[in-house]
Amino acid sequence: MAESKNGEPRIGVFICDCGTNIAGKVDVPAVVEFAGSLPHVAVAQEYKYMCSDPGQELIQKAIKEEKLDRIVVAACSPTMHEPTFRKAVQAAGLNQFLFQMANIREHDSWVTEDPVEATEKAKRIIDAAVYRVVYQQPLEAIEVPVNSDVLVVGGGIAGIEASLKLADAGHKVHLVERDPSIGGHMAQFDKTFPTLDCSACILTPKMSAAGKHPNIELHTYSEVVEVDGYVGNFKVKVNKKARYVDMDKCTGCGLCTEQCVVAKVPNEFNEGLDKRRAAYIPFPQAVPLRATIDPEKCLQLTRGKCKQTCVEACGPGAIDFEQKDEQTDLEVGAIIIATGFDLFEGERIERYGYGRLTDVISSLEFERISNASGPTGGEILCKSGEKPRSVAILHCVGSRDENYNEYCSRVCCMYSLKFAHLIKEHLPETEVYQCYIDMRCFGKGYEEFYKRLMNEGVVFVRGRAAEVTAASAKQADEEGRLVVTVEDTLLGVVRHIPVDMVVLSAALEAQPDAKQVAQLFGFGCSSAGFYIERHPKLEPVSTVTDGIFIAGCCQGPKDIPDTVAQAGAAAAGALALVDNRTVKIEPTISYIDPEKCSGCHICVGLCPHNAIVYNAELDAAEVIQAACKGCGVCVAACGSSVPVQYGFTDDQIFAEIEGALAEVSAPERS
Amino acid sequence: MSANEFEPRIIGFLCRWCSYNGADLAGTSRMKYPPNLIPIKTNCSGRVEATHVMKAFADGADGVLISGCHPGDCHYINGNWRTAGRYPMLKKLLEQLNIEPGRLRLEWVSAAEGDKWARVVTEFVEEIRELGPLDWKDEVHAEYTDHDAGELKEAVTA
Repeated sequence: MAESKNGEPRIGVFICDCGTNIAGKVDVPAVVEFAGSLPHVAVAQEYKYMCSDPGQELIQKAIKEEKLDRIVVAACSPTMHEPTFRKAVQAAGLNQFLFQMANIREHDSWVTEDPVEATEKAKRIIDAAVYRVVYQQPLEAIEVPVNSDVLVVGGGIAGIEASLKLADAGHKVHLVERDPSIGGHMAQFDKTFPTLDCSACILTPKMSAAGKHPNIELHTYSEVVEVDGYVGNFKVKVNKKARYVDMDKCTGCGLCTEQCVVAKVPNEFNEGLDKRRAAYIPFPQAVPLRATIDPEKCLQLTRGKCKQTCVEACGPGAIDFEQKDEQTDLEVGAIIIATGFDLFEGERIERYGYGRLTDVISSLEFERISNASGPTGGEILCKSGEKPRSVAILHCVGSRDENYNEYCSRVCCMYSLKFAHLIKEHLPETEVYQCYIDMRCFGKGYEEFYKRLMNEGVVFVRGRAAEVTAASAKQADEEGRLVVTVEDTLLGVVRHIPVDMVVLSAALEAQPDAKQVAQLFGFGCSSAGFYIERHPKLEPVSTVTDGIFIAGCCQGPKDIPDTVAQAGAAAAGALALVDNRTVKIEPTISYIDPEKCSGCHICVGLCPHNAIVYNAELDAAEVIQAACKGCGVCVAACGSSVPVQYGFTDDQIFAEIEGALAEVSAPERS
Repeated sequence: MSANEFEPRIIGFLCRWCSYNGADLAGTSRMKYPPNLIPIKTNCSGRVEATHVMKAFADGADGVLISGCHPGDCHYINGNWRTAGRYPMLKKLLEQLNIEPGRLRLEWVSAAEGDKWARVVTEFVEEIRELGPLDWKDEVHAEYTDHDAGELKEAVTA
């Protein structure tokens, strides 16, 4: 092995048992012995929990006493504890980049069946790290300034809550919402479980606070179209769709919406249960309380010809058919993504008859008809206008079902109980059936709410509903009614329950464009489309991209308390960043030596971030440090091997390959 | 060495954002797969050069896996397209050197695809087991000085 540039290296290898997570599979003492035999290794030690304070102190003590100048820690994934050990190494006076982590937990002990094989693999992984660390060079983290503004994407309860927290802390917040008003799904709800407080009563004050806050700039009816930059320094382009209404002139009086001649547009806020005009205010508590003209429905905008009664009606002259989309460039230090969920479409399960049978409705439709501001004024009515004598609520529609979504959507049991309560409250004589697989009442006060409902005369049928059919005419009493077929697994019988209304407790799904949003911002999402947090337990609101946080249902189905808590956590994460003037970023960027570069331009065109420019004076390519993100594409592409990627040099990668393939003792097998 | 006893040695180049985390997820989900692959992390699969692949074969690897983010998901916008573009060239290079192209594999494994990672490794180990040992090491090292990365790099990029 070649010598390190600063003479004979002295490497310390520290191998973690991780309780039994590693030591239960890997023969750690054998690995310690092996590591101790490797060239340049001065110290090889085992410890039960290397990440704990005594573990870190062990490393620090060895650095000082044994004069170690290179450290390898063989433990969990670097995603988990690399920052921990880097800090420990740095605190002991060693440059943090003279440290390498060998992942013998996620990549070895947890995935390898056979202990002998796991031990051998651990040796190879450690060998690779030891070979590599010899070539590692001290690096200094690059310190960059931090913009103190924050972008919040999504104006539901999560986005509103995060914005308010940050704005109260004195930071300028740009809150971007796709719809004409903030509020999100929570604005549609009637009551909230299990406390039954009115959703609007607890949400609208927050909406209005966000609308009035001097530090919050609302960008409604707008979408983020471009994201560039990096932690502390994001550059974002926001497209504000034309509303055809001058926001400064409009007073939100609603006269245009009364006068508009296009009256048959399905009202999204009421889930299409009633109609709105082409000129509309989504709901009376909208923030901002401004009219919007629907460009797809407005006659003037679609056909170029209309009486323009809206223009006549508008006193302040706010309507402007010439308005165009507007693009705004924002610069922010941190981003919070709170783009929420979409409801599972009932049509996808044909046998439940949604879209075919009139009184099979979705849970959001039920929210609207039970809401005093909804299309029925809060009266729970069938489409015929009759009060239902009996209602069935079907759980797990599109969730806990391998055909659709495997996951439990978490909130459906509870909102189903809430629905049952509301029906009993409005219509005490109406029978309510809950067809459930399991009741999952996991939160504070939830189980108690379930118990309460059992005493309210709700019938619980344990079994997933098989189908919903129109009752046959033979059953005189049941004509025009619906029949829910369900196996009552507790009684062991198939039941046919005649009802007047069926509510589908549909799953919360990711937004249909969740994947595109993840790509735009540069983090991952699960196959179901929910955003992946950096660590499920310890970093639940961070993403793999520094400076970008997630909150609410875009991360996974959750209830309002959890969403609000997560929004607070995301705001705190963003605050910890933007409250500082600078942030340190990984120095694993590229460098091009102008002396060696022939100026061929190949790398200039390949750089994904336009971080390489051609310097005509030097006839060489030049890396713009602040723009380089360290992908290493230029290094791989250069025909003359001129670019160097710090932290991922050819020497380091070659050494790692050599170490991984060096002979280790053959597995002993009996 | 009979085919039954042959344990393939495989180097895996994993991008830091998707595949490395996908492999981590296989771990946290306690999925089981054979131990033959040693992962090497790069920031982007686009960093993986011909010389890295050839160095692995030259040092005794029987197979090399490159794994990155799915097209469109690259943390560096399009770094993985460079990898995809380089891949057929690498296959051709292997052919010219009389190495079965099947010893090199390119995969897209996202951070959410722990199951795919486990499946890819399991499959690849079996494929390489079928192909048998490469033993290219002795051949190469007879020609080039041991561990002299620079010289080897020159030789394979020439």
